[in-house]
Amino acid sequence: MRLSYPTNIRIIKVPCTGRVAIIHLLKAFEKGADGVFVAGCLEGDCHYQSGNLRAKKRVAYARRLLASIGVDPERLAMYNLSAGMGPRFAEIAREMTAKIRELGPFLQPSGRTAAPQATAA
Amino acid sequence: MIMAKAKPLEEILSYLEGFQRILVLGCNGCVAVCEAGGLKEAEVLASALRIQNMQAGDRRDIQELSLTRQCDKEYLAELKDKMDNYDAVVSLACGAGVQFMAEMYTEKPIFPGVDTCFIGVTEEQGVWTERCQACGQCILAETGGICPIMRCAKRMMNGPCGGSEKGKCEISVLVGRDVDCGWHLIFERLKKLGQIGRFAEPALDKDWTLSRDGGPRLIIREDVRP
Repeated sequence: MRLSYPTNIRIIKVPCTGRVAIIHLLKAFEKGADGVFVAGCLEGDCHYQSGNLRAKKRVAYARRLLASIGVDPERLAMYNLSAGMGPRFAEIAREMTAKIRELGPFLQPSGRTAAPQATAA
Repeated sequence: MIMAKAKPLEEILSYLEGFQRILVLGCNGCVAVCEAGGLKEAEVLASALRIQNMQAGDRRDIQELSLTRQCDKEYLAELKDKMDNYDAVVSLACGAGVQFMAEMYTEKPIFPGVDTCFIGVTEEQGVWTERCQACGQCILAETGGICPIMRCAKRMMNGPCGGSEKGKCEISVLVGRDVDCGWHLIFERLKKLGQIGRFAEPALDKDWTLSRDGGPRLIIREDVRP
């Protein structure tokens, strides 16, 4: 489809979003990501039955954790889309990048540009 | 097992003000099973503290480690060579582990990272309930395997009080969820076991000095001492 999406996204592949632990989300921030989104399968469509639902709970927990240390929880999000929804992925990538750009760099002061990371499954 | 839950991050952060080199120390015993203080949780806490630190523009050194247990000296001793590298420790062990750490490393402030809650069981993943209050003199043989000391808020010894209604304890209103009346459970169980005669005789006086009334408790087993 030759779709384009922001080049500052780094994709980390996991077999299923059920593999994504809280520590993986936090490590991304620790390593300098300004935002992170988890791209899981559509709810009800998980090949492993409930991997994406588990990920949803973990993302919610991690968002609360981030809020408690003064990080805007909007920097972490979960989206649900199927493997056949390439255009939607590009759209989400643009949406998330725009949101993070608006929030500005994660670390202050910093001259870096926003670099959201993505975890896709 | 001993059940605990993580303290709010804000509280942990307030302990750590002014300390530069911090060790987040997990315990792979009970608190790892109830997912409050094992290696996994130590990693998450340390990572969160580092992110907070990066945001605040501080240059604190925050590391994590987890010991097999923090209630045995030989495991705590593994830290002997490393303790000089830290100014403070956040221990994710139960209250016993935190205190044992503080006793062994008297020069370092040891802060608790979890609230120790109770001796209990895993009902299902993510749900833990209390079962034992370690009263020092087990009476489960007479109560159908259901403990009135733990179940009953008043620690009644011979049957329910007037606050028991339809099998539920009056504290249900206070705590906002249905709490079974321990003595109701015991009665039903003894009925099933054909041991209802237990109620004909009052229970013997319980020796509360074996519980908390006797102060800190101690067990000495000469047969297993070196």
